[in-house]
Amino acid sequence: MFAAKRLSLPALFVPLILIAILATAGRGLADESHAQRRAEMIHLIEADVRRTSVYLKRSALDPRVLEALAQVPRHEFVPSSEVSRAYQNRPLPIGHGQTISQPYIVAIMTDLLGLEAGARVLEIGTGSGYQAAVLAALDTRVWTIEIIEPLGLEAAERLQRLGYDRIETRIGDGYYGWPEQAPFDAIVVTAAADHIPPPLIKQLKPGGRMIIPVGGRFQVQQLVMVEKTTEGKTTTRQILPVRFVPLTRAD
Amino acid sequence: MVRERLNSQQLRPPVFAVMLISAAALAYEILLMRLFSIIQWHHFAYMVISLALLGYGVSGALLSLAHRWTSPHFAGLFVANAALFGVSTVVCFLFAQRLPFNTLEMIWDLTQWTYLLWSYLLLFIPFFFAANSICLAFSRFDAQISRIYAFDLMGAGLGALGIIALLYWLSPEAILRWLGVAGLLAAVFALWEMNAPRPWRIAPWVLIPAVLLSLLPHDWFVLQLSQYKALSQTLQISGARLLSQTSNPMGVLSLVANDRIPFRLAPGLSLHNPHEPPEQLALFIDGDAPTAITRFTGDKHEIGYLDYQTSALPYHLAKPDRLLILGLGGGSGLLQAKYHDVERIDAVELNPRIIELLTLTHADFSGWPQLQIGTSIHEAEARGYISSHDDRYDLIQVSLLDSAGAGSAGVHALNEGYLYTREALQDYLIRLTTDGMLSITRWIKLPPRDGLKLFATAIEALRESGVEAPDQRLMMIRGWNTSTLLVKKRPFTVQEIADMLTFCDSRAFDTVYYPGMHASRANRFNILQQAYFYEGATALLGNRAETYQAEYKFQIEPATDDRPYFFNFFKWESLPEILSLYRRGGFSLLELGYPVLLLTLLQAITASLVLILLPLWAFRQKGKLNLAGYHWRVGGYFLAIGLAYLFIEIAFLQKFILFLAHPIYAVAVVLCGFLIFSGVGSFYSQRIVNGKLFHSLSRAMLWLIAITLLYLQILPDLFDHLADLPGAAKALVSLTLIAPVAFLMGLPFPLGLSKVAARAPRLVPWAWGINGCASLLSSILASLLAIHLGFNLVVIAALLLYLGIGLIPLEKA
Repeated sequence: MFAAKRLSLPALFVPLILIAILATAGRGLADESHAQRRAEMIHLIEADVRRTSVYLKRSALDPRVLEALAQVPRHEFVPSSEVSRAYQNRPLPIGHGQTISQPYIVAIMTDLLGLEAGARVLEIGTGSGYQAAVLAALDTRVWTIEIIEPLGLEAAERLQRLGYDRIETRIGDGYYGWPEQAPFDAIVVTAAADHIPPPLIKQLKPGGRMIIPVGGRFQVQQLVMVEKTTEGKTTTRQILPVRFVPLTRAD
Repeated sequence: MVRERLNSQQLRPPVFAVMLISAAALAYEILLMRLFSIIQWHHFAYMVISLALLGYGVSGALLSLAHRWTSPHFAGLFVANAALFGVSTVVCFLFAQRLPFNTLEMIWDLTQWTYLLWSYLLLFIPFFFAANSICLAFSRFDAQISRIYAFDLMGAGLGALGIIALLYWLSPEAILRWLGVAGLLAAVFALWEMNAPRPWRIAPWVLIPAVLLSLLPHDWFVLQLSQYKALSQTLQISGARLLSQTSNPMGVLSLVANDRIPFRLAPGLSLHNPHEPPEQLALFIDGDAPTAITRFTGDKHEIGYLDYQTSALPYHLAKPDRLLILGLGGGSGLLQAKYHDVERIDAVELNPRIIELLTLTHADFSGWPQLQIGTSIHEAEARGYISSHDDRYDLIQVSLLDSAGAGSAGVHALNEGYLYTREALQDYLIRLTTDGMLSITRWIKLPPRDGLKLFATAIEALRESGVEAPDQRLMMIRGWNTSTLLVKKRPFTVQEIADMLTFCDSRAFDTVYYPGMHASRANRFNILQQAYFYEGATALLGNRAETYQAEYKFQIEPATDDRPYFFNFFKWESLPEILSLYRRGGFSLLELGYPVLLLTLLQAITASLVLILLPLWAFRQKGKLNLAGYHWRVGGYFLAIGLAYLFIEIAFLQKFILFLAHPIYAVAVVLCGFLIFSGVGSFYSQRIVNGKLFHSLSRAMLWLIAITLLYLQILPDLFDHLADLPGAAKALVSLTLIAPVAFLMGLPFPLGLSKVAARAPRLVPWAWGINGCASLLSSILASLLAIHLGFNLVVIAALLLYLGIGLIPLEKA
């Protein structure tokens, strides 16, 4: 303790500079390893989708969706304590009782929306901002609303810092959607809901799709997809995120 | 020094201190269940607390190893253990609730399992100290085992009664503090009771922590709810504020308002609903399962959304003159009925606090002045109300009150419930008028589970009621997250079917089943991969119903009053497939309750084996096990009575729940009755058998078996006849019925332990530990057996064990 006081200024600076150099190099290394782990995660998701053959009437996801997942630095969307686990194919806690979804589920949900470049997407429940970033990586424009203020502020700052300028954020009640920007090609409702808000259905374009994951914070039980036909009629499809038939002999 | 002087005196057994410790320990067990149900979830609470009871087993094992050392230091050790019990009840819980443990993350994160282990270790400590005190007393005063055990049991009985009374009066966290103080006071009291010399020299060392505990700041006791519970999440939203929080043994009720971002709780609302719900207050039970109290001004148009739920269907087929709502909850069923101009309504609600909120404290908000016209609210349990009233109804609505989240994780699997059993549905049908209908709404799970199970139950209930063609009397519809089943006494008319189709088409609800339904009408709006519901319903009505149930990957056989596990959908056959999918979006297919029970049992068996065999191994190492197999007899005896006692207690609790018509009172009456009358049995045990253990005990056991078998025969009819009695009379009848059985069940433990004390005193703590392990195993095994075989067979199993112990001689080598 007392010995430190007698150290000269340069003697203090040298280790600091060394630490800075190491940190920068480490950062570079870290980025590289993040990219590598992200690629591994994508392989895992692909394999899982092939194995479980989700109810998409095809056995592989749209390659663009996987590319989008490969672009988004998921480690930037999790709290520092979770960075080491950012590329595990699992949901992670992000504070405030919320989670960042399992990448596998994000991939399936994004795929189900069938988005074209330039599509307009509304998201209810920004959370960490990860889903919005994945959507934006598909060259779409995203409007996203978060109900928990500190979470919304954090996500807005993060998305701005990472350069996602095609995402607009707002804090508040998602029930009424974002009428100024309506209609939307797709709507993602990640906040828990016991019914589907009618204003959101109104803001869905004919031919558009809305997707709602139903279940707890760490597990999705089913995905509810609302489709609006070109005539404006709505139907819902209830999708298990896995291939599972309830009868032993049925198929 | 002080300790030596303490023991140099002629000591008396501290029976009242034992009684107080035993009362506090049982109260603590029930309290922990409450506390963990509030901060976490019920299934987790069950696992942790079951295993914490291993404290009794560990105590037995350690004390049998330290037997020679403990006896001369009895007084000091007794006081120390009682005091440590008091301190640890509080300290261990406060630490345990600060563990960053998240049950929901357990499948993803192995470190969560280490937190679970820490929870066990922390919570086992208080039970360990409590068990030590009692066991030390047995060892030191082996001539008075019957008396000490009598006080131990009566203490536990009073503890059960006391904690339930306290839970009506104080918050769980306040009770925690006073239980700690009670433990410390037991230690002080023991000093005088034991006739210890100069007790005032030790007393301050115990009294100081007692004073400190009672003065600890309230903030330390604030319960830390899991951040993933619905209440925690709701309170994060801007504008949310807690209006009130009250507590009783049924749970903590929290009422939350939000002026900025309104609640819109309306399960299963149609996509075509044009109405936004009016202002709502969210009502949480134990921080979960929110239901809404909706503002009602008397203007029906404001609650039009209620006509867009699947549960509104029956009102579109016929307007009921008299309606019975089972489960008032936040009152949305009542509002829905008022929207449809029903004039005479009876609503049943078990929790008086909920009734108060709706009709008293928030009466202006809920519109009670308007709602009360033609409405009677009954504070009762649904089945109890049905069996004690003869009124007939045109419509009986069973409300959807449990939460979707909890239900879907399968955590209710182990909660015995009598609302959806085959006998329950039969009872409801009896109370219907000739053209009456029963309507039950449930959450939808995919693949279907409760929806189909309920359908199968309705078919059986109709058949049991003598209906030959149940297919004409059933109707079921579904939205995307709720389904509603209608069961009618007479066949549905063509007009009713047409009205149902109009209702469904205009609301985008799917028909699951109706008489004469064609496959093309299924699966049109909320499209599933296959028309699972329709296929299931038709299969269950057909000739191959049994094969269908057998081949279905979830357990959908109807629940009965003897096997009241409606929410258990687990099937072993599906486990490998589900496990292979669980990290790939398939986790919700796993019904957690049953595996948690099994996991608890496996852990308990492993720990018990170690605790039972370790002392034996140590004895053998020291060459002190020269008993020619006597220890195996002792082990078998105490294992058997430990298992048998709780088997009967738990099975009878279930049988009396329906009769007493109130789960909380039933727990109080049955637990208290069993423990106190067994205590009396223990007290008189020596006098009764008068030294002739083998013959007299086995004769006593034959009496026990005869009476219990008689009960199995006569109780259902007796309960039916007495269903109209007032609550207090029912409690008295129950206690009278329990008394002889419990009295006889109180004999084997003290008689056996006295014999062991005379022949091999070293084995006294060991036997106590085995009895502790067996009690813990028993409660888990009882549930498992009941799930598969029913509670009657749990009783039979217990009787076989009691028959067996009558044949184990403990006084002879």
